[in-house]
Amino acid sequence: MSVTQPPIDSPEIRRLEPVLAPGHTYLSVTDKIAAVVLTRPLGIGWLAGFGLTFSLVMLLFLSLAWLITKGVGIWGINIPIGWGFAIVNFVWWIGIGHAGTLISAILYLLNQKWRTSINRFAEAMTLFAVACAGIFPLIHTGRPWMAYYMFPYPSTMGIWPQFRSPLIWDVFAVSTYGTVSLLFWYVGLLPDLATLRDRAKDRAQQLAYGVLSLGWRNSAHHWHRYQSAYLLLAGLATPLVLSVHTVVSFDFSVAIVPGWHTTIFPPYFVAGAIYSGFAMVLTLAIPLRKAYGLEDFITMRHLENMAKVMLATGLIVAYGYFIEFFMAYYSGNKFDVFLANQRLHGPYSHFYYALILCNILTPQLLWFEKVRRNVAALFIMSLVINTGMWLERFVIVVISLTRDYMPSAWGRYSATFWDYSTFVGTLGLFVMLMFLFVRGLPAIAISEMRELVAHQSHGKGEHQ
Amino acid sequence: MEHRPHSYGVMAEFDTPEEIMAAAKKTREAGYKHVTAYTPFPIEGLAEEIGFKWTAVPLITLLGGIGGGLTGFGMQYWMMAVSYPLNIGGRPLNSWPAFIPVTFELTILGAATFAVLGMIALNKLPEPYHPVFNVDRFSHASTDKFFLCIQAKDPKYNLAETARFLQGLNAKHVDEVKDE
Repeated sequence: MSVTQPPIDSPEIRRLEPVLAPGHTYLSVTDKIAAVVLTRPLGIGWLAGFGLTFSLVMLLFLSLAWLITKGVGIWGINIPIGWGFAIVNFVWWIGIGHAGTLISAILYLLNQKWRTSINRFAEAMTLFAVACAGIFPLIHTGRPWMAYYMFPYPSTMGIWPQFRSPLIWDVFAVSTYGTVSLLFWYVGLLPDLATLRDRAKDRAQQLAYGVLSLGWRNSAHHWHRYQSAYLLLAGLATPLVLSVHTVVSFDFSVAIVPGWHTTIFPPYFVAGAIYSGFAMVLTLAIPLRKAYGLEDFITMRHLENMAKVMLATGLIVAYGYFIEFFMAYYSGNKFDVFLANQRLHGPYSHFYYALILCNILTPQLLWFEKVRRNVAALFIMSLVINTGMWLERFVIVVISLTRDYMPSAWGRYSATFWDYSTFVGTLGLFVMLMFLFVRGLPAIAISEMRELVAHQSHGKGEHQ
Repeated sequence: MEHRPHSYGVMAEFDTPEEIMAAAKKTREAGYKHVTAYTPFPIEGLAEEIGFKWTAVPLITLLGGIGGGLTGFGMQYWMMAVSYPLNIGGRPLNSWPAFIPVTFELTILGAATFAVLGMIALNKLPEPYHPVFNVDRFSHASTDKFFLCIQAKDPKYNLAETARFLQGLNAKHVDEVKDE
């Protein structure tokens, strides 16, 4: 194979910041990352944040308990709007989960060195987002204790799940995604757990990390198989991550509801997922690097690269919105045209305009380097994009269902207190798990950072 | 009962990846066969240098993927076309395009699970105790030092001589690895 290597030293490359601030050694990166877990005392900020999010988790439990007591009637759903907040939130959370695997798998295959310091917590974010996402379809079934009906098990009834239904595909896609993400994350953690085991001072920590690290001893033979498995996992996770949101989009596009039945859905859902996922990575990375002084590892270069990914995927999403309108008018199908007009002029049009503002107009500011290099602006931008992506799912679910084919089947939807409390509760769960994660496990892949130090001390690898 | 050697081997400590690569090369040239290395991150070519030839991880992954895919499709075919056939307007029972998503997901699930479990099993993990942990300085193998260990089961092994050989490779420390 003759691949032209990019020149290692050129003016353009020298202008790029390194992905790791200079002057770090194997010991200093290990110390700095491990100290967050092992020695740093719990600060008031952590305790306050954990306390707040923990109380939101209690709100989630309360909402779920009330739901199970009373049934889904406590939500705003009705006939014809059978899919309300639960499905909006499910799609939103699962979309957020996509960035973790994208960063760890696709950027790994593309040999993008800058992924190293953000992949670990992005993968953790994926797991927690998938956990939050999984709650919604479960409770949306109305009888969550019967959810096992969706799995093919030999029952006394002698029947099987309907494998021609996208909802069953979804069960398999999401559970596979959750499992593979967990495996990927754990394999990545293995050497770092061994590092923590070796550096832990108190017995409980030594024992806990010792058990979790499975006795990993950094043997070169082990590393060889490890790298082989890691590369294969990256190769497997890449088509998987693209398939998951595709299958989620099938939940909509296989149905013949106007506004859902379009072929643009799979690519536009995947792009939207990556878009919102990167926004969430920024939302988490910016406070994290500040709170724990990790600016040397999560540099401006990382933030800027993520901003560029957001800009690119945001433009794909904008193209998706455009094609939806174009196909509606071009097809001349009166139901599609009507639905497009409902988005612009119907009772929920303010949601649509807010969506365009959040997802298409505001992110155009990312064309400017000044904005991409302004941490506060990026943080606000990430929140705006996450809001926009939530609105997108709301527009898709609610506008189409309230304006079906026959005017007699039209309806209105508004969420109730319990809809909001469940959603806010999952936000609390997500952030609480992140709080626990940053203090319990290394938020940055330590062994990969050491590899980066080795590369950097040889003057190669900086161009990546 | 197998006789347990009192000594597992001799371990030498190095400061940089280059030093351990050079030492591994010389160890191989000196004719040692049972050599292991311990490094805080993977070093390209080091495993090959100390005699690692082939890993079954990719093959295991392939088998897991094939198994997962066949299970996925077979399960759906049997359930939808054999066990509980539903005639809906005479549509084909083996509606294979609708079975692709689940087949795909289970292919990935099988391959990924086999890749991880295969890697862990081939590495003989979990293994909470290993003689190398008896060396005090070995905790640095997960931070900033590079270790090369010549095992006692090597035919060329002789404690004093092997230790002297490793000293000669500019090792920072040389320790005997005891196994009780």
